[in-house]
Amino acid sequence: MVAVKRVIDFNVKVRVKSDGSGVETTNVKMSMNPFDEIAIEEAVRLKEKGLATEIVAVSCGVASSQETLRTALALGADRAILVQTDAELQPLAVAKLLAAIARNEAPRFVILGKQAIDDDANQTGQMLAALLDWPQATFASRVDIGEDKATVKREVDGGMETVEVRLPAVVTTDLRLNEPRYATLPNIMKAKKKPLETLTPEALGVDVAPRLATLKVTEPAKRKGGGRVADVKELVAKLRSEAKVLP
Amino acid sequence: MPALVLAEHDNQSIRSATLHAITAACALADSVDVLVVGSSTDAVAAAVAAIPGVARVLRAEAPHLAHPTAENVAATALAIIARGAYSHVIAAATSVGKNVLPRIAARLDVAQISDVIAIEGSDTFTRPIYAGNAFATVRSSDAIKVVTIRTTAFDAAPSSGGSASIEIIAAAPEVTTAKVIGQELTKSERPELTSARVVVSGGRGMANGENFRLLEALADKLNAAIGASRAAVDAGYVPNDYQVGQTGKIVAPDLYIAVGISGAIQHLAGMKDSKVIVAINKDAEAPIFQIADYGLVGDLFEIIPALTAELSS
Repeated sequence: MVAVKRVIDFNVKVRVKSDGSGVETTNVKMSMNPFDEIAIEEAVRLKEKGLATEIVAVSCGVASSQETLRTALALGADRAILVQTDAELQPLAVAKLLAAIARNEAPRFVILGKQAIDDDANQTGQMLAALLDWPQATFASRVDIGEDKATVKREVDGGMETVEVRLPAVVTTDLRLNEPRYATLPNIMKAKKKPLETLTPEALGVDVAPRLATLKVTEPAKRKGGGRVADVKELVAKLRSEAKVLP
Repeated sequence: MPALVLAEHDNQSIRSATLHAITAACALADSVDVLVVGSSTDAVAAAVAAIPGVARVLRAEAPHLAHPTAENVAATALAIIARGAYSHVIAAATSVGKNVLPRIAARLDVAQISDVIAIEGSDTFTRPIYAGNAFATVRSSDAIKVVTIRTTAFDAAPSSGGSASIEIIAAAPEVTTAKVIGQELTKSERPELTSARVVVSGGRGMANGENFRLLEALADKLNAAIGASRAAVDAGYVPNDYQVGQTGKIVAPDLYIAVGISGAIQHLAGMKDSKVIVAINKDAEAPIFQIADYGLVGDLFEIIPALTAELSS
Protein backbone atom coordinates (compact mmCIF):
# COMPACT_ATOMS: atom_id res chain seq x y z
CA MET A 1 0.00 0.00 0.00
CA VAL A 2 1.33 3.42 -1.01
CA ALA A 3 -0.09 6.72 0.22
CA VAL A 4 0.12 9.73 -2.11
CA LYS A 5 -0.79 13.37 -1.64
CA ARG A 6 -1.81 16.03 -4.11
CA VAL A 7 0.23 19.18 -3.48
CA ILE A 8 1.18 22.42 -5.22
CA ASP A 9 3.86 21.50 -7.77
CA PHE A 10 7.37 21.95 -6.40
CA ASN A 11 8.26 24.39 -9.21
CA VAL A 12 5.47 26.82 -8.36
CA LYS A 13 6.39 29.95 -6.45
CA VAL A 14 3.89 29.86 -3.60
CA ARG A 15 1.98 33.10 -2.90
CA VAL A 16 0.28 33.96 0.36
CA LYS A 17 -3.32 35.16 -0.03
CA SER A 18 -3.80 38.84 0.76
CA ASP A 19 -6.38 38.06 3.49
CA GLY A 20 -3.87 35.84 5.30
CA SER A 21 -6.15 32.78 5.20
CA GLY A 22 -3.74 30.54 3.34
CA VAL A 23 -1.81 30.30 0.10
CA GLU A 24 -3.15 30.80 -3.41
CA THR A 25 -4.26 27.49 -4.95
CA THR A 26 -6.59 28.58 -7.75
CA ASN A 27 -5.08 28.14 -11.23
CA VAL A 28 -1.94 26.71 -9.65
CA LYS A 29 -0.33 23.55 -11.01
CA MET A 30 -0.83 20.57 -8.71
CA SER A 31 1.30 17.41 -8.69
CA MET A 32 2.04 14.34 -6.65
CA ASN A 33 4.17 15.08 -3.58
CA PRO A 34 7.73 14.26 -4.79
CA PHE A 35 8.47 12.04 -1.78
CA ASP A 36 5.36 9.99 -2.62
CA GLU A 37 6.61 9.53 -6.20
CA ILE A 38 9.68 7.92 -4.63
CA ALA A 39 7.36 5.70 -2.56
CA ILE A 40 5.45 4.55 -5.65
CA GLU A 41 8.72 3.88 -7.47
CA GLU A 42 10.01 1.76 -4.60
CA ALA A 43 6.79 -0.26 -4.49
CA VAL A 44 6.94 -0.83 -8.25
CA ARG A 45 10.55 -2.00 -8.02
CA LEU A 46 9.65 -4.42 -5.23
CA LYS A 47 6.84 -5.79 -7.35
CA GLU A 48 9.18 -6.13 -10.32
CA LYS A 49 11.51 -8.16 -8.10
CA GLY A 50 8.63 -10.40 -7.08
CA LEU A 51 8.61 -9.07 -3.51
CA ALA A 52 5.10 -7.61 -3.74
CA THR A 53 2.05 -9.07 -5.49
CA GLU A 54 -0.15 -6.00 -5.73
CA ILE A 55 0.24 -2.25 -5.23
CA VAL A 56 -2.68 -0.26 -3.85
CA ALA A 57 -2.34 3.53 -4.04
CA VAL A 58 -4.36 5.56 -1.55
CA SER A 59 -5.02 9.28 -1.40
CA CYS A 60 -7.16 11.37 0.94
CA GLY A 61 -8.69 14.69 -0.07
CA VAL A 62 -10.71 16.49 -2.70
CA ALA A 63 -12.16 14.83 -5.82
CA SER A 64 -9.31 16.05 -8.01
CA SER A 65 -6.92 13.85 -6.01
CA GLN A 66 -8.12 11.26 -8.54
CA GLU A 67 -5.59 12.80 -10.95
CA THR A 68 -2.81 12.05 -8.48
CA LEU A 69 -4.04 8.49 -8.14
CA ARG A 70 -4.18 8.10 -11.94
CA THR A 71 -0.53 9.17 -11.98
CA ALA A 72 0.21 6.50 -9.38
CA LEU A 73 -1.61 3.94 -11.53
CA ALA A 74 0.36 5.06 -14.60
CA LEU A 75 3.59 4.60 -12.65
CA GLY A 76 2.68 1.02 -11.80
CA ALA A 77 0.08 0.82 -9.01
CA ASP A 78 -2.56 -1.85 -9.68
CA ARG A 79 -5.59 -0.16 -8.15
CA ALA A 80 -6.40 2.98 -6.22
CA ILE A 81 -8.55 4.16 -3.34
CA LEU A 82 -9.59 7.76 -2.83
CA VAL A 83 -10.96 8.81 0.53
CA GLN A 84 -12.88 11.77 -0.78
CA THR A 85 -13.69 14.81 1.35
CA ASP A 86 -13.66 18.56 1.01
CA ALA A 87 -12.78 18.89 4.69
CA GLU A 88 -9.34 20.17 5.67
CA LEU A 89 -7.26 17.09 6.49
CA GLN A 90 -4.45 17.30 9.02
CA PRO A 91 -1.79 14.57 9.46
CA LEU A 92 -3.52 12.83 12.39
CA ALA A 93 -6.77 12.54 10.40
CA VAL A 94 -4.93 11.22 7.33
CA ALA A 95 -3.11 8.68 9.50
CA LYS A 96 -6.46 7.51 10.88
CA LEU A 97 -7.93 7.15 7.38
CA LEU A 98 -4.88 5.24 6.16
CA ALA A 99 -4.99 3.03 9.26
CA ALA A 100 -8.65 2.18 8.56
CA ILE A 101 -7.78 1.22 4.98
CA ALA A 102 -4.70 -0.75 6.07
CA ARG A 103 -6.89 -2.76 8.44
CA ASN A 104 -9.15 -3.67 5.50
CA GLU A 105 -6.41 -4.27 2.96
CA ALA A 106 -3.91 -5.97 5.31
CA PRO A 107 -0.82 -5.01 3.23
CA ARG A 108 2.63 -6.42 4.04
CA PHE A 109 3.87 -2.88 4.29
CA VAL A 110 2.84 0.70 3.74
CA ILE A 111 5.25 3.10 2.09
CA LEU A 112 4.80 6.86 1.82
CA GLY A 113 6.82 10.07 1.61
CA LYS A 114 8.57 11.28 4.76
CA GLN A 115 6.89 14.65 4.38
CA ALA A 116 4.63 16.55 2.03
CA ILE A 117 6.15 19.66 0.53
CA ASP A 118 3.10 21.78 1.36
CA ASP A 119 2.71 21.53 5.15
CA ASP A 120 6.23 20.09 5.71
CA ALA A 121 4.84 18.28 8.78
CA ASN A 122 6.74 14.96 8.58
CA GLN A 123 4.22 13.11 10.76
CA THR A 124 1.78 10.92 8.83
CA GLY A 125 3.89 7.76 8.46
CA GLN A 126 4.96 7.72 12.11
CA MET A 127 1.37 8.36 13.24
CA LEU A 128 0.07 5.59 10.98
CA ALA A 129 2.61 3.13 12.43
CA ALA A 130 1.61 4.13 15.97
CA LEU A 131 -2.12 3.76 15.30
CA LEU A 132 -1.61 0.30 13.77
CA ASP A 133 0.96 -0.60 16.44
CA TRP A 134 3.35 -1.50 13.63
CA PRO A 135 7.08 -0.77 13.59
CA GLN A 136 8.30 2.14 11.48
CA ALA A 137 11.37 2.82 9.36
CA THR A 138 11.43 6.52 8.50
CA PHE A 139 13.67 8.52 6.12
CA ALA A 140 14.60 5.39 4.16
CA SER A 141 17.49 5.48 1.70
CA ARG A 142 17.54 1.71 1.07
CA VAL A 143 14.87 -0.92 1.65
CA ASP A 144 15.47 -4.69 1.57
CA ILE A 145 12.36 -6.78 2.05
CA GLY A 146 12.79 -10.29 3.42
CA GLU A 147 10.39 -13.09 4.30
CA ASP A 148 8.95 -11.61 7.48
CA LYS A 149 11.09 -8.53 8.02
CA ALA A 150 12.59 -5.56 6.23
CA THR A 151 16.05 -4.06 6.63
CA VAL A 152 16.03 -0.32 6.10
CA LYS A 153 18.93 2.11 5.89
CA ARG A 154 17.81 5.46 7.27
CA GLU A 155 19.19 8.97 6.77
CA VAL A 156 19.78 10.46 10.22
CA ASP A 157 21.43 13.69 11.40
CA GLY A 158 24.81 12.07 12.10
CA GLY A 159 24.92 9.84 9.01
CA MET A 160 23.16 6.53 8.47
CA GLU A 161 21.34 4.09 10.71
CA THR A 162 20.11 0.61 9.79
CA VAL A 163 16.96 -0.77 11.36
CA GLU A 164 15.33 -4.14 11.06
CA VAL A 165 11.54 -4.10 11.30
CA ARG A 166 9.13 -7.00 11.44
CA LEU A 167 6.43 -6.95 8.77
CA PRO A 168 3.90 -5.48 8.49
CA ALA A 169 5.65 -2.14 8.87
CA VAL A 170 5.47 1.48 7.73
CA VAL A 171 8.34 2.89 5.65
CA THR A 172 8.76 6.59 4.83
CA THR A 173 10.97 7.62 1.92
CA ASP A 174 13.90 10.01 1.83
CA LEU A 175 15.28 11.64 -1.30
CA ARG A 176 17.95 9.14 -2.19
CA LEU A 177 15.93 5.94 -2.01
CA ASN A 178 15.52 5.83 -5.79
CA GLU A 179 15.00 7.97 -8.86
CA PRO A 180 11.36 7.77 -9.92
CA ARG A 181 10.58 6.84 -13.53
CA TYR A 182 8.35 8.90 -15.79
CA ALA A 183 4.94 7.60 -16.76
CA THR A 184 4.90 6.50 -20.42
CA LEU A 185 1.99 7.38 -22.68
CA PRO A 186 0.82 3.75 -23.05
CA ASN A 187 0.89 3.41 -19.25
CA ILE A 188 -1.06 6.65 -18.82
CA MET A 189 -3.69 5.24 -21.18
CA LYS A 190 -3.75 1.89 -19.35
CA ALA A 191 -4.08 3.68 -16.02
CA LYS A 192 -7.43 5.09 -17.07
CA LYS A 193 -8.86 1.57 -17.07
CA LYS A 194 -7.44 0.49 -13.71
CA PRO A 195 -9.92 0.35 -10.79
CA LEU A 196 -10.29 3.46 -8.62
CA GLU A 197 -12.58 3.08 -5.64
CA THR A 198 -13.98 6.08 -3.76
CA LEU A 199 -14.70 6.00 -0.03
CA THR A 200 -15.57 8.63 2.54
CA PRO A 201 -14.25 9.32 6.05
CA GLU A 202 -17.77 8.60 7.36
CA ALA A 203 -17.84 5.17 5.68
CA LEU A 204 -14.50 4.41 7.34
CA GLY A 205 -15.82 5.66 10.68
CA VAL A 206 -13.09 8.28 11.05
CA ASP A 207 -13.62 11.71 12.60
CA VAL A 208 -11.38 14.05 10.58
CA ALA A 209 -12.16 17.27 12.48
CA PRO A 210 -9.00 19.46 12.54
CA ARG A 211 -7.24 19.82 15.87
CA LEU A 212 -5.28 22.87 14.79
CA ALA A 213 -7.02 26.08 13.77
CA THR A 214 -4.99 28.18 11.34
CA LEU A 215 -5.23 31.73 12.66
CA LYS A 216 -3.22 33.34 9.89
CA VAL A 217 -0.74 32.68 7.13
CA THR A 218 1.86 35.34 6.48
CA GLU A 219 4.73 35.93 4.15
CA PRO A 220 8.14 35.85 5.78
CA ALA A 221 10.13 39.08 5.84
CA LYS A 222 12.04 39.42 2.60
CA ARG A 223 15.77 39.20 2.98
CA LYS A 224 17.55 42.22 1.60
CA GLY A 225 20.23 40.68 -0.55
CA GLY A 226 21.83 41.48 -3.84
CA GLY A 227 25.02 43.09 -2.52
CA ARG A 228 28.12 42.49 -4.62
CA VAL A 229 31.84 42.64 -4.03
CA ALA A 230 34.48 42.87 -6.75
CA ASP A 231 37.11 40.53 -5.39
CA VAL A 232 38.35 38.46 -2.47
CA LYS A 233 40.13 41.40 -0.81
CA GLU A 234 36.95 43.48 -0.74
CA LEU A 235 34.94 40.50 0.52
CA VAL A 236 37.25 39.85 3.47
CA ALA A 237 37.50 43.56 4.28
CA LYS A 238 33.71 43.90 4.36
CA LEU A 239 33.22 40.72 6.39
CA ARG A 240 35.65 42.19 8.94
CA SER A 241 34.69 45.85 9.11
CA GLU A 242 31.08 46.03 7.90
CA ALA A 243 29.46 42.68 8.79
CA LYS A 244 31.85 42.14 11.71
CA VAL A 245 31.59 38.36 11.42
CA LEU A 246 35.34 37.86 11.08
CA PRO A 247 38.00 38.93 13.57
CA MET B 1 1.20 22.04 34.42
CA PRO B 2 4.74 20.96 33.59
CA ALA B 3 6.25 20.34 30.16
CA LEU B 4 8.13 17.19 29.24
CA VAL B 5 11.22 17.49 27.02
CA LEU B 6 12.65 14.48 25.24
CA ALA B 7 16.44 14.58 25.57
CA GLU B 8 18.64 13.58 22.68
CA HIS B 9 22.03 12.10 23.50
CA ASP B 10 24.51 9.35 22.68
CA ASN B 11 24.56 7.90 26.23
CA GLN B 12 27.59 10.08 26.99
CA SER B 13 26.71 13.66 26.26
CA ILE B 14 23.60 15.69 25.62
CA ARG B 15 23.08 16.95 22.07
CA SER B 16 22.96 20.72 21.81
CA ALA B 17 19.56 20.55 20.05
CA THR B 18 18.02 19.57 23.39
CA LEU B 19 19.28 22.80 24.99
CA HIS B 20 17.19 24.75 22.46
CA ALA B 21 14.14 22.57 23.16
CA ILE B 22 14.51 23.26 26.90
CA THR B 23 14.47 27.02 26.24
CA ALA B 24 11.19 26.61 24.32
CA ALA B 25 9.77 24.44 27.13
CA CYS B 26 10.66 27.08 29.75
CA ALA B 27 8.69 29.63 27.70
CA LEU B 28 5.63 27.35 27.67
CA ALA B 29 5.46 25.91 31.16
CA ASP B 30 6.53 26.95 34.65
CA SER B 31 8.10 23.58 35.32
CA VAL B 32 10.14 21.41 32.96
CA ASP B 33 10.90 17.70 33.23
CA VAL B 34 13.45 16.14 30.90
CA LEU B 35 13.20 12.48 29.89
CA VAL B 36 16.51 10.70 29.33
CA VAL B 37 15.98 7.29 27.75
CA GLY B 38 19.14 5.24 27.27
CA SER B 39 21.74 2.97 28.78
CA SER B 40 24.46 4.05 31.24
CA THR B 41 23.42 7.67 31.01
CA ASP B 42 24.94 8.91 34.32
CA ALA B 43 26.88 11.69 32.63
CA VAL B 44 23.92 12.75 30.47
CA ALA B 45 21.57 12.89 33.46
CA ALA B 46 24.08 14.95 35.44
CA ALA B 47 24.52 17.37 32.54
CA VAL B 48 20.76 17.81 32.15
CA ALA B 49 20.32 18.34 35.90
CA ALA B 50 22.72 21.29 35.69
CA ILE B 51 20.62 23.13 33.09
CA PRO B 52 18.74 26.04 34.72
CA GLY B 53 14.95 25.71 34.41
CA VAL B 54 14.90 21.93 34.56
CA ALA B 55 12.96 20.69 37.61
CA ARG B 56 13.38 16.94 37.27
CA VAL B 57 15.45 14.60 35.17
CA LEU B 58 13.53 11.38 34.54
CA ARG B 59 15.95 8.63 33.69
CA ALA B 60 14.82 5.37 32.08
CA GLU B 61 17.63 2.84 31.80
CA ALA B 62 17.73 -0.51 30.06
CA PRO B 63 20.26 -2.37 27.90
CA HIS B 64 17.89 -2.39 24.92
CA LEU B 65 17.76 1.41 25.08
CA ALA B 66 21.46 1.83 24.22
CA HIS B 67 20.46 2.48 20.58
CA PRO B 68 16.76 3.00 21.09
CA THR B 69 14.12 2.74 18.39
CA ALA B 70 11.24 5.22 18.07
CA GLU B 71 8.96 2.39 19.22
CA ASN B 72 10.83 1.97 22.51
CA VAL B 73 11.35 5.66 23.26
CA ALA B 74 7.68 6.37 22.56
CA ALA B 75 6.56 3.50 24.80
CA THR B 76 8.51 4.80 27.79
CA ALA B 77 7.52 8.42 27.15
CA LEU B 78 3.84 7.46 26.94
CA ALA B 79 4.06 5.67 30.28
CA ILE B 80 5.45 8.85 31.89
CA ILE B 81 2.97 11.12 30.16
CA ALA B 82 0.08 8.92 31.35
CA ARG B 83 0.86 9.68 34.97
CA GLY B 84 2.45 13.12 34.64
CA ALA B 85 -0.36 15.52 33.66
CA TYR B 86 1.85 17.34 31.17
CA SER B 87 0.63 20.34 29.20
CA HIS B 88 3.33 20.03 26.54
CA VAL B 89 5.64 17.34 25.14
CA ILE B 90 8.58 18.90 23.35
CA ALA B 91 11.57 17.80 21.32
CA ALA B 92 13.92 19.42 18.84
CA ALA B 93 12.97 18.90 15.18
CA THR B 94 16.00 16.67 14.56
CA SER B 95 15.94 13.27 12.90
CA VAL B 96 15.31 11.76 16.35
CA GLY B 97 12.57 14.19 17.38
CA LYS B 98 10.83 13.90 14.01
CA ASN B 99 10.94 10.11 14.25
CA VAL B 100 9.61 9.73 17.78
CA LEU B 101 7.19 12.58 18.54
CA PRO B 102 4.47 11.86 15.94
CA ARG B 103 4.29 8.33 17.37
CA ILE B 104 3.62 9.80 20.80
CA ALA B 105 1.10 12.33 19.46
CA ALA B 106 -0.89 9.68 17.59
CA ARG B 107 -1.11 7.47 20.67
CA LEU B 108 -2.32 10.45 22.70
CA ASP B 109 -4.80 11.20 19.90
CA VAL B 110 -3.50 14.75 19.57
CA ALA B 111 -2.07 16.80 16.72
CA GLN B 112 1.63 17.50 16.54
CA ILE B 113 2.85 20.98 15.76
CA SER B 114 6.07 20.49 13.75
CA ASP B 115 9.12 22.70 13.48
CA VAL B 116 7.85 25.62 15.57
CA ILE B 117 9.75 28.89 15.10
CA ALA B 118 7.76 31.11 17.49
CA ILE B 119 5.58 30.63 20.55
CA GLU B 120 2.60 33.01 20.50
CA GLY B 121 0.90 31.56 23.59
CA SER B 122 0.67 28.25 25.43
CA ASP B 123 -1.55 26.80 22.67
CA THR B 124 -0.56 29.00 19.71
CA PHE B 125 2.52 28.54 17.56
CA THR B 126 4.04 29.79 14.32
CA ARG B 127 5.66 27.36 11.94
CA PRO B 128 7.02 27.50 8.40
CA ILE B 129 5.13 25.82 5.54
CA TYR B 130 5.96 25.49 1.84
CA ALA B 131 9.71 25.38 2.48
CA GLY B 132 9.55 28.55 4.57
CA ASN B 133 7.81 30.55 1.84
CA ALA B 134 4.93 31.11 4.24
CA PHE B 135 4.46 31.08 8.01
CA ALA B 136 1.32 29.59 9.53
CA THR B 137 0.13 30.54 13.00
CA VAL B 138 -1.93 27.68 14.46
CA ARG B 139 -3.84 27.17 17.68
CA SER B 140 -4.19 23.70 19.13
CA SER B 141 -7.44 22.56 20.72
CA ASP B 142 -5.85 19.42 22.20
CA ALA B 143 -5.31 18.92 25.92
CA ILE B 144 -1.64 18.04 25.42
CA LYS B 145 0.43 19.95 22.89
CA VAL B 146 3.07 17.83 21.20
CA VAL B 147 5.62 20.16 19.64
CA THR B 148 8.92 19.91 17.78
CA ILE B 149 10.92 23.12 17.67
CA ARG B 150 13.34 24.45 15.10
CA THR B 151 16.60 24.77 17.00
CA THR B 152 17.74 27.90 15.17
CA ALA B 153 14.67 29.80 16.41
CA PHE B 154 15.38 29.33 20.13
CA ASP B 155 18.55 30.08 22.08
CA ALA B 156 20.41 27.26 23.75
CA ALA B 157 19.73 27.00 27.49
CA PRO B 158 22.84 27.57 29.64
CA SER B 159 24.62 24.34 30.57
CA SER B 160 25.27 25.22 34.20
CA GLY B 161 23.60 26.85 37.19
CA GLY B 162 20.69 24.48 37.64
CA SER B 163 20.16 21.76 40.22
CA ALA B 164 17.37 19.45 39.10
CA SER B 165 16.57 16.22 40.88
CA ILE B 166 17.34 12.98 39.08
CA GLU B 167 14.74 10.24 39.34
CA ILE B 168 15.06 6.73 38.00
CA ILE B 169 11.89 5.63 36.28
CA ALA B 170 10.93 2.26 34.82
CA ALA B 171 11.53 1.72 31.13
CA ALA B 172 8.53 0.31 29.29
CA PRO B 173 8.80 -3.37 28.30
CA GLU B 174 10.89 -3.84 25.18
CA VAL B 175 9.11 -3.52 21.83
CA THR B 176 10.90 -6.15 19.74
CA THR B 177 9.35 -5.49 16.32
CA ALA B 178 12.07 -2.96 15.45
CA LYS B 179 15.80 -3.04 16.16
CA VAL B 180 18.71 -0.78 15.35
CA ILE B 181 21.27 -3.12 13.79
CA GLY B 182 23.86 -0.70 12.47
CA GLN B 183 25.11 2.86 12.45
CA GLU B 184 27.50 4.62 10.13
CA LEU B 185 28.10 8.02 11.63
CA THR B 186 30.18 10.58 9.80
CA LYS B 187 33.27 11.33 11.87
CA SER B 188 34.35 14.91 11.98
CA GLU B 189 36.52 17.14 14.12
CA ARG B 190 34.60 20.14 12.90
CA PRO B 191 31.79 21.97 14.71
CA GLU B 192 28.35 20.45 14.29
CA LEU B 193 26.56 21.79 11.21
CA THR B 194 23.41 22.97 12.98
CA SER B 195 25.23 24.84 15.75
CA ALA B 196 28.39 26.11 14.01
CA ARG B 197 28.97 29.89 13.93
CA VAL B 198 30.30 29.64 10.39
CA VAL B 199 29.14 27.25 7.67
CA VAL B 200 30.83 26.72 4.30
CA SER B 201 28.59 24.86 1.85
CA GLY B 202 29.30 23.46 -1.59
CA GLY B 203 26.95 22.74 -4.46
CA ARG B 204 26.95 21.21 -7.88
CA GLY B 205 29.59 23.75 -8.93
CA MET B 206 32.14 21.82 -6.85
CA ALA B 207 32.05 19.28 -9.72
CA ASN B 208 33.17 16.31 -7.58
CA GLY B 209 33.77 15.14 -4.03
CA GLU B 210 37.55 15.61 -4.22
CA ASN B 211 37.10 19.34 -4.68
CA PHE B 212 35.42 19.62 -1.29
CA ARG B 213 39.01 19.60 0.04
CA LEU B 214 39.17 23.23 -1.08
CA LEU B 215 36.25 23.96 1.23
CA GLU B 216 37.90 22.01 4.04
CA ALA B 217 40.96 24.25 3.88
CA LEU B 218 38.72 27.32 4.03
CA ALA B 219 36.62 25.82 6.84
CA ASP B 220 39.79 25.12 8.83
CA LYS B 221 40.64 28.83 8.73
CA LEU B 222 37.15 29.80 9.88
CA ASN B 223 36.50 26.97 12.35
CA ALA B 224 33.48 26.28 10.18
CA ALA B 225 31.21 23.32 9.59
CA ILE B 226 30.83 22.02 6.05
CA GLY B 227 27.44 21.71 4.40
CA ALA B 228 26.15 20.98 0.93
CA SER B 229 23.21 21.50 -1.37
CA ARG B 230 20.91 18.64 -2.29
CA ALA B 231 22.46 18.55 -5.76
CA ALA B 232 25.91 17.87 -4.27
CA VAL B 233 24.55 15.13 -2.01
CA ASP B 234 22.47 13.52 -4.76
CA ALA B 235 25.57 13.49 -6.98
CA GLY B 236 27.43 11.62 -4.24
CA TYR B 237 30.07 14.32 -3.58
CA VAL B 238 29.42 14.22 0.18
CA PRO B 239 27.31 12.15 2.62
CA ASN B 240 23.60 12.84 3.21
CA ASP B 241 24.14 14.41 6.64
CA TYR B 242 25.80 17.41 4.95
CA GLN B 243 22.56 18.47 3.28
CA VAL B 244 21.21 21.91 4.14
CA GLY B 245 17.65 22.59 3.02
CA GLN B 246 13.92 22.03 3.36
CA THR B 247 14.37 18.30 3.78
CA GLY B 248 17.86 18.34 5.23
CA LYS B 249 19.27 20.45 8.03
CA ILE B 250 18.18 23.95 8.95
CA VAL B 251 21.08 26.24 9.83
CA ALA B 252 21.32 29.88 10.87
CA PRO B 253 25.00 30.64 11.50
CA ASP B 254 26.54 34.10 11.83
CA LEU B 255 28.22 33.54 8.47
CA TYR B 256 27.08 31.22 5.66
CA ILE B 257 29.31 30.89 2.61
CA ALA B 258 27.55 29.28 -0.36
CA VAL B 259 30.05 28.05 -2.93
CA GLY B 260 28.90 26.86 -6.35
CA ILE B 261 25.30 26.74 -5.15
CA SER B 262 22.66 28.16 -7.48
CA GLY B 263 20.07 28.70 -4.74
CA ALA B 264 17.08 26.42 -5.31
CA ILE B 265 14.07 27.24 -3.09
CA GLN B 266 14.54 24.08 -1.10
CA HIS B 267 18.17 25.00 -0.29
CA LEU B 268 17.29 28.58 0.65
CA ALA B 269 14.72 27.15 3.10
CA GLY B 270 17.57 25.69 5.09
CA MET B 271 19.87 28.71 5.34
CA LYS B 272 18.11 32.01 4.65
CA ASP B 273 17.96 32.90 8.35
CA SER B 274 21.76 33.07 8.49
CA LYS B 275 22.99 36.43 9.77
CA VAL B 276 25.36 37.10 6.88
CA ILE B 277 25.30 35.22 3.58
CA VAL B 278 28.17 35.15 1.12
CA ALA B 279 27.60 33.64 -2.33
CA ILE B 280 30.37 32.62 -4.69
CA ASN B 281 29.19 31.48 -8.10
CA LYS B 282 30.33 31.86 -11.70
CA ASP B 283 26.74 32.45 -12.87
CA ALA B 284 25.91 36.10 -12.17
CA GLU B 285 22.20 35.30 -12.59
CA ALA B 286 22.11 32.53 -9.94
CA PRO B 287 19.16 33.08 -7.54
CA ILE B 288 21.48 32.70 -4.54
CA PHE B 289 22.76 36.26 -5.24
CA GLN B 290 19.29 37.69 -4.57
CA ILE B 291 19.51 36.76 -0.91
CA ALA B 292 23.27 37.11 -0.42
CA ASP B 293 24.68 40.09 1.46
CA TYR B 294 27.96 39.74 -0.39
CA GLY B 295 27.96 38.14 -3.82
CA LEU B 296 31.17 37.41 -5.65
CA VAL B 297 30.87 36.32 -9.27
CA GLY B 298 33.73 34.19 -10.50
CA ASP B 299 35.43 30.82 -10.70
CA LEU B 300 35.28 29.16 -7.29
CA PHE B 301 38.43 27.18 -8.06
CA GLU B 302 40.36 30.47 -8.11
CA ILE B 303 38.34 32.32 -5.48
CA ILE B 304 38.35 29.73 -2.69
CA PRO B 305 42.16 29.26 -2.54
CA ALA B 306 42.56 33.06 -2.74
CA LEU B 307 40.02 33.54 0.06
CA THR B 308 41.77 30.94 2.22
CA ALA B 309 45.09 32.70 1.61
CA GLU B 310 43.63 36.15 2.32
CA LEU B 311 42.26 34.95 5.65
CA SER B 312 45.74 33.78 6.64
CA SER B 313 47.23 37.22 6.01
